[in-house]
Amino acid sequence: MCNVCGCGEGEARVEGEAHNHVHEGQQIPWALRNPGGNGGGAASGRDLDYGAGPAHAHAPGLSQSRMVQIEQDVLEKNDRYAAENREWLSERGILALNLVSSPGSGKTTLLTRTVTDLAERYPISVVEGDQQTRNDAERLRATGAATVQINTGKGCHLDGHMVGHALERLQPAEHGVVFIENVGNLVCPSSFDLGEDAKVVVLSVTEGEDKPVKYPDMFHRADLMLLNKTDLLPHLDFDKDQCIAYARQVNPDIEVLEVSATTGEGFAAWYEWLEGRRKGRLEHLAGDLELRAARLRAALSENG
Amino acid sequence: MHEMALCESILDILQEQAKAQRFSRVRTVRLEVGALSCVESEALRFNFEVVTRGSLAEGAGLELIEVAGEAWCLVCAQPVTVGGLLDACPLCGSHQTQVTGGDTLQIKELEVD
Ligand SMILES: Nc1nc2c(ncn2[C@@H]2O[C@H](COP(=O)(O)OP(=O)(O)OP(=O)(O)O)[C@@H](O)[C@H]2O)c(=O)[nH]1
Ligand SMILES: [Zn+2]
Ligand SMILES: [Zn+2]
Ligand SMILES: [Zn+2]
Ligand SMILES: [Zn+2]
Repeated sequence: MCNVCGCGEGEARVEGEAHNHVHEGQQIPWALRNPGGNGGGAASGRDLDYGAGPAHAHAPGLSQSRMVQIEQDVLEKNDRYAAENREWLSERGILALNLVSSPGSGKTTLLTRTVTDLAERYPISVVEGDQQTRNDAERLRATGAATVQINTGKGCHLDGHMVGHALERLQPAEHGVVFIENVGNLVCPSSFDLGEDAKVVVLSVTEGEDKPVKYPDMFHRADLMLLNKTDLLPHLDFDKDQCIAYARQVNPDIEVLEVSATTGEGFAAWYEWLEGRRKGRLEHLAGDLELRAARLRAALSENG
Repeated sequence: MHEMALCESILDILQEQAKAQRFSRVRTVRLEVGALSCVESEALRFNFEVVTRGSLAEGAGLELIEVAGEAWCLVCAQPVTVGGLLDACPLCGSHQTQVTGGDTLQIKELEVD
């Protein structure tokens, strides 16, 4: 899946293997050329050797300064990986959901229950993103679901490239569902498309009702907000209606479901939402295939 | 701290461009920052300096060109300018708006030698 892999992310690991391969024909990333990383203030200060460049312009009075117009989106590379993932998933009729939230809002608990309850209905696999540990992946594997762990090291979000490699390894079954548990962080994961069908933001009632306006980007980009830990509502001073109003302020279209991942309350509606999404994805694929088949038949009859 | 990752992407692009357009040093990077791009300018500057150390862009200037957020107001049925995702439509005060622009981060121009 990875055609143009730059693999600059020195810290990221897929299933414990350092992601430091260099793809053929690919320039060696800066991070690998400079073992020891960013520091090195004193030792650095010289140009990297780019051999083919024009004569150096560092001699005083010989400046060759010029302007280069490029118009390139900084996230373009990520978006390219994400687009590849999206295509790969959609060809296989796989629904992929990117679960985002603050740390500890209940993503893993929610996934564990979901995967257990739906195991008989359709194939489910999980990509677990976490900075350091394998704990969440182990919790998920205990349910029997195929799970691949990505450790992002110091990285605060998953990106399209990491997820592409995880999918290669996971080889999720066709027509199934892939859940991607992003790193617990309401800020950074919002900027990186993974190729998912939708972001699902999990907000627990213990975090306070103002989170949607404090972290608007995340709520703006999500299709669904799961308001989790509702079993704790009787003990809290949490204004649910205000919370939902805040979420709609940044995203008028966001859907909201109230759930408790520990008691299972509200999960029927969540499964219904999932089923609707999965049907949508499969109908879309079926439509595409019918169109292709029709074209093939037309070509056949033309050729007599 | 995704500004760090964004700066690594910028450096990647600079390195690719250095090969393609045959330059060895970057003096200035002109970057367009949309008001809705969820990037913090100060964090971007700080990380840019850290990430480019020891590279072809060490010490390069980072010029940020800020562009306004654009949205479509469903109530007014017309385009409006917004300063952030929390802003209401400046004309009617509703939040029934859809972002249409000003949410990207794009390298526009480099000064190189
Ligand atoms: N009362 C209550 N506790 C919950 C609920 N869901 C999760 N928890 C608890 O919240 C804590 C964190 O849950 P996790 O599922 O690990 O949260 P997470 O979002 O996966 O956390 P990170 O992966 O670290 O971001 C655990 O102690 C859970 O038992 C819920 O619905 N109600
Ligand atoms: Zn790769
Ligand atoms: Zn978790
Ligand atoms: Zn971050
Ligand atoms: Zn309006």
